[in-house]
Amino acid sequence: MFTEYDIIVVGAGHAGCEAAAAAANLGSKVLLITMNMQTIAQMSCNPAMGGVAKGQIVREIDAMGGYSGIVSDKTTIQFRMLNRSKGPAMWSPRAQNDRYKFHEEWRYMLENTPNLDFFQDMVSGLLVNGNTVCGVKTSLGLEIKSKAVVLTNGTFLNGTIHIGEKRFGGGRMGEKGATGLTENLVELGFEAGRMKTGTPPRIDGRSINYSIMEEQQGDENPSRFSYLDFELPTEKRSCYITYTSPEVHDILKEGFDRSPMFTGRIKGLGPRYCPSIEDKINRFAERDRHQIFVEPEGWNTVEVYVNGFSTSLPEDVQYKALTKIQGFENAKFFRPGYAIEYDFFPPTQLNTTLETKLISNLFFAGQINGTTGYEEAAAQGFMAGINAHQKVNELHEFVLSRSEAYIGVLIDDLVTKGTDEPYRMFTSRAEHRLLLRQDNADIRLTKLSHDLGLASAERLQKVEEKIRRSDEIVKFMKGKTVEPTEINSFLEQNGTSQIPQNTKLFNLLARPQINLNDLITAYQPLKDFVNGTGQEIIEQSEIKVKYESYFEKELEMVSKLQRMEDQNINPEFNYDTLVSLSKESREKLKKIKPRTLGQASRISGVSPADISVLMIHLSK
Amino acid sequence: MLPVSPYAEDTIVALATPAGTGAIAVIRLSGPEAIKICNKVFFGKDLEKQASHTVHFGTIRENDVIIDEVLATVFIAPSSYTRENSVEVSCHASPYIIQKLINLFIKNGARTAKPGEFTLRAFLNGQLDLSQAEAVADLIASRTEASHNMALKQLRGGFSNELKALRQQLIDFAALIELELDFAEEDVEFANRPQLKALIGSIQSVIRKLISSFDLGNAIKNGIPVVISGKPNVGKSTLLNALLNEDRAIVSEIAGTTRDTIEDEINIGGINFRFIDTAGIRETSDKIEAIGVEKAYEKIRQSALVIYLFDPEETSATELKAIVDELSAHTSTDSILLVANKLDKGNEAEWKKRYEGLNGMLFISAKDRIHLDLFTETLLQKAHADQLNNDETVISNVRHLEALQKTNEALDDTLRLMEQPFGGELLAFEIKRALHHLGEITGDISNEDLLDSIFTRFCIGK
Repeated sequence: MFTEYDIIVVGAGHAGCEAAAAAANLGSKVLLITMNMQTIAQMSCNPAMGGVAKGQIVREIDAMGGYSGIVSDKTTIQFRMLNRSKGPAMWSPRAQNDRYKFHEEWRYMLENTPNLDFFQDMVSGLLVNGNTVCGVKTSLGLEIKSKAVVLTNGTFLNGTIHIGEKRFGGGRMGEKGATGLTENLVELGFEAGRMKTGTPPRIDGRSINYSIMEEQQGDENPSRFSYLDFELPTEKRSCYITYTSPEVHDILKEGFDRSPMFTGRIKGLGPRYCPSIEDKINRFAERDRHQIFVEPEGWNTVEVYVNGFSTSLPEDVQYKALTKIQGFENAKFFRPGYAIEYDFFPPTQLNTTLETKLISNLFFAGQINGTTGYEEAAAQGFMAGINAHQKVNELHEFVLSRSEAYIGVLIDDLVTKGTDEPYRMFTSRAEHRLLLRQDNADIRLTKLSHDLGLASAERLQKVEEKIRRSDEIVKFMKGKTVEPTEINSFLEQNGTSQIPQNTKLFNLLARPQINLNDLITAYQPLKDFVNGTGQEIIEQSEIKVKYESYFEKELEMVSKLQRMEDQNINPEFNYDTLVSLSKESREKLKKIKPRTLGQASRISGVSPADISVLMIHLSK
Repeated sequence: MLPVSPYAEDTIVALATPAGTGAIAVIRLSGPEAIKICNKVFFGKDLEKQASHTVHFGTIRENDVIIDEVLATVFIAPSSYTRENSVEVSCHASPYIIQKLINLFIKNGARTAKPGEFTLRAFLNGQLDLSQAEAVADLIASRTEASHNMALKQLRGGFSNELKALRQQLIDFAALIELELDFAEEDVEFANRPQLKALIGSIQSVIRKLISSFDLGNAIKNGIPVVISGKPNVGKSTLLNALLNEDRAIVSEIAGTTRDTIEDEINIGGINFRFIDTAGIRETSDKIEAIGVEKAYEKIRQSALVIYLFDPEETSATELKAIVDELSAHTSTDSILLVANKLDKGNEAEWKKRYEGLNGMLFISAKDRIHLDLFTETLLQKAHADQLNNDETVISNVRHLEALQKTNEALDDTLRLMEQPFGGELLAFEIKRALHHLGEITGDISNEDLLDSIFTRFCIGK
């Protein structure tokens, strides 16, 4: 029934789809197996992509030729660039999406990807030859051969859904969980753990009184995730903000004795950063209200998503409490919120390519690695897909560093530190945040991906033009002198001091009060010079001028730390020979097997003194 | 049993006392074979059967020829400086004997230690942390009680503990900013700016104090530079000789003999003073002497104290005031000490009256050693020696100074940014820089430069 594939991808969520697309576009023969062809790239949680740090990840995936950015852009019902008031390193694109169109678009793009086959079945085990994976077994009893396997099982492995005291198996509401695979992996020697996440109730939008909520519209001139040019949808939808109250909290508390969270029925650890409403009122008892963010699910549906009200309390308590929230007085439920527990595999069992240390050619990506979020999943899938392709073709590993991409930070964190709770990306996890911006993901990454044969020539050409042209504009401003009479009235209007003598244009733009578009309008020679230049390039030039000194300082820090990253460690290194390592750090080093001194320095429990010992030894 | 360290595969040997002639020299062996190697050539008790921390008399022989009579002190792992087996051999300090003994040990299986290798082993075997290893270098180099105390304090960890506490405060501060950055969209409370500013202020005041302690710390380590100035033939050299008790500077009756600067180190009250005897600072037509005068001013600018020595019989109050003004152009008024010499020929009460209005003046006779005790007391006071007696942390290491300065710079930038409409991510960046530089001192950040700077500062054998 099946020929031998190069790569089998198990699961068709955000991770699986990116993995399949990347590997297939690189030329591998790929089979994507999912339990349900109707839920490809399903947004299991809220209908939104991006956000702080996550938006940067989507931009990075897009810059390298992944699909998440394009799919998001084509299904965007509202776009906002978050943190515009802060510096460019904090600007974070975020889109509300049409949940149905999102899935449809993903499936359409995958169906139009060469080398990619689909099959609907449940994978119940792996085919392993020695220490190398060579295919999968399915619940239909099929054995499908491949050279590599990427597992992206999401929340489906032994998934258990909790609503109050009710508990039933399932990978998502209305869908069954996946059984057999965890047991098979544990038999092979993998360590498994349990995590928990949750989702809020979905409500009939027609029953909500939006007039007493705060409306939040998207940006007037929306930006986008993708660096490619294509038509964006124009029809927009608003989100709405409302708040819980002490009365709501009191009602929720009445249900605590039937909460699976508090009665100990849920064993898995939940995300601290995306807590359920019961968790929030329990942990932050002093707060008398919490924000509720009402998100539309699409253009052609009345269903809304009640962000901020994730809960696994009994459905009657959910209902009673929700209807006390301003605007929800007459709310009708489509379905209650629930918590879901699932198996994950501590990611310290992986190499930086996301290949398992135990079984060759077996890759893990997404929630199976203990992460949360579509963007984090998609990024891992994308990298696992690339590395699976590279591995079966005996090509070099494709690993991004922490100073190159959030994706590099994400994977390094996972395989080096592991995670006890669902891992979510933050800008603060990136030590070189100022360099990892949404405006320069293409400058950072497109060439790397193009060299692999993944990012298209069109992408490379675009980014090269962006670099060339923005450098030209910066150079022009560094060389151009402005006379006081030409510019002083403009400076005064913008609330900044006038210049007493001729000044370089560059120095004027460096002032925080001045922005480049205004300056272009006010100063004719500049206007002539930039004539016809696209807004993205104007913005890039402005960022370069305003933050140059910081980028330089940051690059200095990078090069300072680079020597540690360049110092390789043999994975077979015998740490037992170093007497002065603490017991804890020796155990950790033996388990993680860091590839570089830099990676070793990030393992928790390995002290700087231990690193000094290693450093001296390695330089011997 | 202690697991075998890869650094203990071989046994190292080196002279542990300074090269040069003295009565006794100590040769140190460290490594798994240290006791065995020494025992092969040691004739006396069987060293391999002796308890740790015991001293044994014997002879060291090569082919039955006695090279020297020695005392061998045995240390058994892990109870030694390096946590390895060690022997310290005290021998007679003739260069021939030392060379002969070291060669003999090498012939029997030891190898020459690299600079800092004993301390490196102590560090690698978990005996010392980095900042302690660094302090060992200072300790070995210390020549006075004060510099010894300072190094010892660092060796015990006092110095890095204080900075660690500071760094923790800064980390907490950074965490608040990060929270604000990552959760701006999620209804969190913002970090209180005035509070943050106050925190930076208090951290900076400690850092600045440490930075300014460097001059003192450095002075303790290298000697406090003191310029002795005055007209030719006023008795500068005599004063120096009186303090030194030896005739090192040229003393002559011809004005202008001391043409170049001459330095002498004198230990007073446990602190080293470097006295710099300069040419006089009078106007001169002599070219060579003119260069000397310019040099004198340069030295004054670099020194901690300037002693202006004068002969009251030849110096009017007006003239003295002019000189103080002149000196003040090159150094702070507070560090000028006016000393009237040749009290043996004059009257103190009369002199006091003559110079009324000029403060902090001493009246001495260098020749007859009158009031010299008062003079040295004043020196100690002016050198802020009192600061050393209380428990204040003093830094003396250039690497520490640079790291503190960079920390301070980053904090200055942080405060500057807070005044402007910039985002918190730049604040966070500057704070991260500050944390990085502080970490370089406390050992929370390791890099090769730091290791190099620590272990290559040692002379061979420590």
